[in-house]
Amino acid sequence: MSQIGSFVLLLALALSGYSFLFGAVALFRRDSLSAVITETARRAGIASFVAVLIAAAILVTAAFQNDFSIAYIYHHSNIDLPAPYKFATLWSGQEGSLLFWSLLLAGYGFVLRLRHKTDERLFAHASVIMAAVQVFFLLLLNFAARPFATTPGELPLDGAGLNPLLQYPEMVIHPPMLYLGYVGFTVPFAFALGALIMKYPGDKWIHITRRWTMVTWGLLSCGIALGAHWAYYVLGWGGYWGWDPVEVASLLPWLTGTAFLHSVMMQEKRGMLKVWNIWLIFITFGLCIFGTFLTRSGVVNSVHAFAQSSIGDWFVAFLAIIAATCIFFYVYNRSHLRTEHHLESLVSRESSFLFNNVLFLLICFVALWGTLFPVLSEWIQGHKITVGPPFFNSVTVPFALLLLFLTAVGPLLAWRKTSLGSLKRNFLWPTVGAIAVGIFLVATPPSWGSVFGMRPWTDVSYFYSLIAAMLAALVIFTVAAEFLRGGRVIAGHTGRGLLPSMMLLGHRNTRRYGGYVVHIGMALIFIGVLGTPLNRTAEKEMGFGDKIDIGPYSLVSRSFTQDETANYSSSIAILDVYRGGKLITTLYPESRFFTATQQPQHMPSVYSPLREDLYVVFEGQNQDTGRPIIKAHLNPLVSWLWIGVLVMLFGTALALFPNAPAPVRAVVTTPAAAGFHAPTAPVGAGD
Amino acid sequence: MLTFRQKKIRLLGALLIGVLLLMGAGDSTSRVEKLGHQLMCVCSCSQILMECNHVGCTYSDTMRKELTAGVDGGKSDSEVLAMFVEKYGTTVLAAPTHSGFDRVAWLLPFIALVGGIGGVALVVRTWHKRRVPVAATAGSGFSSTDLSRLREQARKETDL
Repeated sequence: MSQIGSFVLLLALALSGYSFLFGAVALFRRDSLSAVITETARRAGIASFVAVLIAAAILVTAAFQNDFSIAYIYHHSNIDLPAPYKFATLWSGQEGSLLFWSLLLAGYGFVLRLRHKTDERLFAHASVIMAAVQVFFLLLLNFAARPFATTPGELPLDGAGLNPLLQYPEMVIHPPMLYLGYVGFTVPFAFALGALIMKYPGDKWIHITRRWTMVTWGLLSCGIALGAHWAYYVLGWGGYWGWDPVEVASLLPWLTGTAFLHSVMMQEKRGMLKVWNIWLIFITFGLCIFGTFLTRSGVVNSVHAFAQSSIGDWFVAFLAIIAATCIFFYVYNRSHLRTEHHLESLVSRESSFLFNNVLFLLICFVALWGTLFPVLSEWIQGHKITVGPPFFNSVTVPFALLLLFLTAVGPLLAWRKTSLGSLKRNFLWPTVGAIAVGIFLVATPPSWGSVFGMRPWTDVSYFYSLIAAMLAALVIFTVAAEFLRGGRVIAGHTGRGLLPSMMLLGHRNTRRYGGYVVHIGMALIFIGVLGTPLNRTAEKEMGFGDKIDIGPYSLVSRSFTQDETANYSSSIAILDVYRGGKLITTLYPESRFFTATQQPQHMPSVYSPLREDLYVVFEGQNQDTGRPIIKAHLNPLVSWLWIGVLVMLFGTALALFPNAPAPVRAVVTTPAAAGFHAPTAPVGAGD
Repeated sequence: MLTFRQKKIRLLGALLIGVLLLMGAGDSTSRVEKLGHQLMCVCSCSQILMECNHVGCTYSDTMRKELTAGVDGGKSDSEVLAMFVEKYGTTVLAAPTHSGFDRVAWLLPFIALVGGIGGVALVVRTWHKRRVPVAATAGSGFSSTDLSRLREQARKETDL
């Protein structure tokens, strides 16, 4: 099986190499043979997908058949591993995850090559660039990180097992989502570079890649959120984001990708920022590769498993090639990227997009700076330092709040220039509402619990929380006001009710209103995060009937039990949760011990009403007394974070829907009747 | 001679500072909690000391006890942190210090923020100055093609 797998990977490399080399040659030939070569290169690209798919299928089959002659299967699986995790073995380690990268890339390339009729020449360029990226990953898989390498020595009877942290249902979905996002950015990169190489006229490449980019962005968002959810429900430390280099690596392309999704609108609408956009997508793709390098080269310390390996040099070389290629074609063809318009006012949609882009890039820079600073410090000072959550939280929070402010304000500014009257009309009531929310949060008594009774003057983190709450409210109110305003206009014209009119409004311009829904999702995510400074913890050794009080809850130890499966044995605490003297639920925090890996793992149990999470961890037993140690966390508002993610994904899906047909307009065609002046006057805000 | 109004303002100011100082003081438990979030567990789990839940960790319990002893022993925050640096090395601090080269870590992001926002403002200003004025035209000076083009532009720019 290992030989077949290795052979298929070699075949995939040959096919991708053909697709790249011959595809590139065909692009520069102008004779009749060019079309034929292009077609063979396209087909070779499609065939490479089949080959990589077979290789991945072989590896998964080997996991199911417990073929421990393959070293990768031996290191990441065992006989008693449940079936879904055997499937997940494919992306559980270095070599498998690179094969999975390659498979997804081949899958994207497959779809792209099938749709080549849309614009054969542009797609041929994109296909060649994707083949080049594929060649790099297949070179790695064939020569540096071989998934089908055999186990040395005697054939082991059982595998070493999968890391217990990865044995959780989300681990079956989180990496594929994240990788789909990472790899997906290759498509807009390929189109952008292709369009630059061929001096593609107009912005059609942006229209072609818009959906690809949005789908990719949605998948990456989903992947990051699932990772946070997994960290929260599996790692058992009571948080969901720890600024680990692997987390940062996934955030970097998300930030620049989000900036691109905004600034690309300026190119579509006003023919501006062409250079900026093309570099944003180059950087986004570069960061996907850089993130992979960062987490697999051992350059920085990470809690993730595959941080130590020797493939870093390959990635450095690949990054250098990407940078050189992008710079060369940019310098060579930059005259093609001349802007059509200039900014006219500081108070305009264009300016808000520019500021928003700068903030996204700054947050990206801060995340990268903090991650790499220990390396820099060691190089300059001779000793390593730690740059952990206190640094990232202190620095990124003010930036993120500025961004949230722009999220509220930007969409309602008019293109070109916004008048003072329009500003007042659009923002007066939402601002009053946001201030009212702030006053309410401060004026309410702290005894109400959660985020009520905020005292922003006692700690800067509380101050940030209050500002975040007010800005999140501002975002929600401005978007609601925009929906209401548009809905009322449609209701007036069509005689429909307000709600159906608002739905029709959204359907008529799905991209714009889908984007607004994404903004609401972001505001909800901020609400979920702003409770963090108010987190509380309590820890106690608990015998039968013992009690922990935390916030409004009392946890009473009812019993302790044990369980054993083929894969692990576990100790479980049974804790009754009371609020105001009334039993509201029972929690079952668990401590597992995995047989194959001989590693322990906590499984927290969480009670999640909207106001706060009661998060309980079975920490283990006191070695002297033998009594179980229970740690309880009270984390305000966390549920809103997950709700915000769902709303954001819904908004992304909405934005992908085709628009409903616009109502037929009467078009005046006679110049004399028009009384029409050049559009120098600003369009009203929100239009 | 201070007026009654000035005296009142000074008194209120002193009261406010006193209240803020009292609020910021905190008890020893909250100091342990706060300092524990500025330290890393050194068991190589890459977790904040107060959040380390690494099963069988041989460091976190000892470190927490040392932290509590330091706070209860009357040491100031900086003395407690210095004690940990002396024992476990500089990587025990969860964030760069505010001195020496470490200060660069804190300063650069904010310099970049000022530079970035200033840069955008400058770009907008420069482009605004460079704007080509539109020639005044007579009301009927547009051809049907011009009008179609302008309508298309307006539609594109307004999403309508």
